[in-house]
Amino acid sequence: MSFRDIAAIAGSAMTAQTVRLNTVASNLANAQSAASTADATYHARKPVFASVFDQQAFSDDIGRGARVRVLDVVQSTEPLRKAYEPDNPLANADGEVFYPNVNSVAEMTDMMSASRAFETNVEVLGRVKAMQNAILKLGEG
Amino acid sequence: MGIRFDKALDIHPEALAMRAQRTKILASNIANENTPGYQARDIDFSASLQRAQGDLADGFGAGAGADLDAGQALYRVPNHPSQDGNTVELGVEQAAFSQNASDFQTSLTFLNMKLKGLAKAISGQ
Repeated sequence: MSFRDIAAIAGSAMTAQTVRLNTVASNLANAQSAASTADATYHARKPVFASVFDQQAFSDDIGRGARVRVLDVVQSTEPLRKAYEPDNPLANADGEVFYPNVNSVAEMTDMMSASRAFETNVEVLGRVKAMQNAILKLGEG
Repeated sequence: MGIRFDKALDIHPEALAMRAQRTKILASNIANENTPGYQARDIDFSASLQRAQGDLADGFGAGAGADLDAGQALYRVPNHPSQDGNTVELGVEQAAFSQNASDFQTSLTFLNMKLKGLAKAISGQ
């Protein structure tokens, strides 16, 4: 029955969006974490989503659901922010510290997008539940 | 004279099954809103229903449910193509999902009415 699949699809999307929110929280929390070398500096993280199509033996295309899977969480390759702060205890020999390549504005919009997508999938789950309940009452009364 | 349930219930069981299928496809579209390269799909409902109806008229009504799966899910043409190749437009999908849920309820109500009619005929009231 397809309702079970729908719950799995919406659930996979909710999981994926949670991972995305998780990376956003991590990025924003570490936005000001300075370090003395480029390698030790926190790099912004981003999840990579991919769709996984259901395998169905008796159908070619129709009704195949597509779940979401988090393929990987990659680190941003944007250049780090270098600042001249000789007073900073983390400063290197040149008096420079490295700040993460986190774009706070982009992270905030990403957060809104992720939470809206999450809410939409919760809504889908609620509607599907109502539909399933309606089917259970078929022929009653 | 016996009652043939597939005749008595008409197209509504097929319509209901197709609505359920479509719900799954639309849920997939909504779930993959942020997946790069994902192409939104949908069923041409009237064409699929016509196919099911044709099967019903041919006397293969019992097998029509399985025949739904032989139809094609088509790709949606986006109003505004995005750079990552994703063709899901959340507003469009939400509207389609909502409409589909209402249509599902309608099919269910029709089916319920048919069943009530049959129950009346069987109990002879």
